[in-house]
Amino acid sequence: MISEAIDNEQIDALLSDVLEVHGYDFLEYSHASIKRRITRLYTLDNFVSFAEFRYAVKSDKQYFKRFLEEITVNVTEMFRDPGFYRSLRHDVLPVLGTYPFIRIWVAGCSTGEEAYSLAILLKELNLLQKSLIYATDINPSVLEKAKKGMFPLNYLKGYSENYLASDGTKDFSSYYTANYSLAKFDESLSSKMIFSTHNLVSDHSFNEFQLILCRNVLIYFDKELQHKVFQLFDNSLEKLGYLALGSKESLDFWPKAKEYKRVKLEKIWRKL
Amino acid sequence: MAQTIAEEKCSALVIGGSAGSLDVLLEIFPDLKSNLSFPIILVTHRKSGNDSLLTDLLKSRTHLIVNEAEEKQPILRGNVYITPGDYHLLIEEDITISLDYSEKVNYSRPSIDVTFQSAAEVFKDELVCILLSGSNADGVEGLKIVEKWGGRVIIQNPDTAIMPYMPQQALNEIKTALVLNSFEMAAFINKLNN
Ligand SMILES: C[S@@+](CC[C@H](N)C(=O)[O-])C[C@H]1O[C@@H](n2cnc3c(N)ncnc32)[C@H](O)[C@@H]1O
Repeated sequence: MISEAIDNEQIDALLSDVLEVHGYDFLEYSHASIKRRITRLYTLDNFVSFAEFRYAVKSDKQYFKRFLEEITVNVTEMFRDPGFYRSLRHDVLPVLGTYPFIRIWVAGCSTGEEAYSLAILLKELNLLQKSLIYATDINPSVLEKAKKGMFPLNYLKGYSENYLASDGTKDFSSYYTANYSLAKFDESLSSKMIFSTHNLVSDHSFNEFQLILCRNVLIYFDKELQHKVFQLFDNSLEKLGYLALGSKESLDFWPKAKEYKRVKLEKIWRKL
Repeated sequence: MAQTIAEEKCSALVIGGSAGSLDVLLEIFPDLKSNLSFPIILVTHRKSGNDSLLTDLLKSRTHLIVNEAEEKQPILRGNVYITPGDYHLLIEEDITISLDYSEKVNYSRPSIDVTFQSAAEVFKDELVCILLSGSNADGVEGLKIVEKWGGRVIIQNPDTAIMPYMPQQALNEIKTALVLNSFEMAAFINKLNN
């Protein structure tokens, strides 16, 4: 859907309100995409003027909840980029498997599809019982969904194909039970997950991990903010730990990248 | 007509296409000058995972520098940027690329509408957009915005397109559009040089 342009000053004014009133800082997000999200929401909700929209965002708590949900992009999939999961399965997790305990952080986990995919891998490698997955996101609504572990059944065919392409060998349907239009994933998977809100822009490091996944989140941040977040990950990653990014994201231009070594051709780096 | 059009400044060319557009691209690219004074951004619908195929095909047929578009990459003259499968491509004010993994638009990601609109807001009347063959209507809404900002709209002649639906839809909506056959496009693009 396409809509009338809102100008940059209006966007900045709105985002400044959001920071001042609600404490969420979107000012360092990539401008083109945040502008597109705002324009989309403004049009979708049929506001008569930008001033009215701005007022609702500022003063209506309920509407701000919607704003937060819609401004962040929550699109996700299970076993997205099968090659990436293949590399986790064959190159990364077996190394982590030699540790007594594995702590993993999925930052920007959205509705949880990535965390459940990871739990399936861990289970198949017999590592789930000694792992803990911390799944965080800025948006509380997606975390509520993630906790339930129920995903629309009509996506499962695609997920199952991704799973097989990632070298999965089990019958994918053994991991869930179909319930009307939803697939409910096995609770043994979610029993090793901790869900919590965490804002990568303003919150601090909260633990040390052996693996951090943050995929398709940094594309929404500008360069400086990306570098701040890399520093946050650096502070939260053990020596020899792994950092995994999305297929279009890279550590390359970050000054401390030399202290990391790329794992094969995947977007996975190991801290030296 | 092509003459007067070519006198206006062109800061960027965006080409959108869907089914049936690959042949046209392969016809255009070998004839393009290697010193084009503007960048070319390509948005085509295809299956994700096949990214390098189009890149390789074009690389072997042009002297321009062909890039698979990357996040935060600066957009430079004489370069071609191919939108990766499964991401929308947006253009920032500072003429760099932002990739966006949000909802599909017109059942498509990348969506041609999304890039046309984003480019229009940045390049305004210095933008030229070409819409090629295709069997859905992605691109048409974006072209309206390009037109509104004063950009130039070129549509492939539906009579000679493999899939006429997309260019025909655009033609119905954009009255100022210039209609070209595929074999006329390379010469037109070369004339945009300034
Ligand atoms: C496109 S989804 C990516 C989901 C999953 N990682 C994947 O690759 O499929 C982006 C997620 O990042 C979250 N996000 C955006 N800004 C954030 C921030 N400042 N801190 C934490 N999460 C954020 C969004 O709420 C959204 O759920």
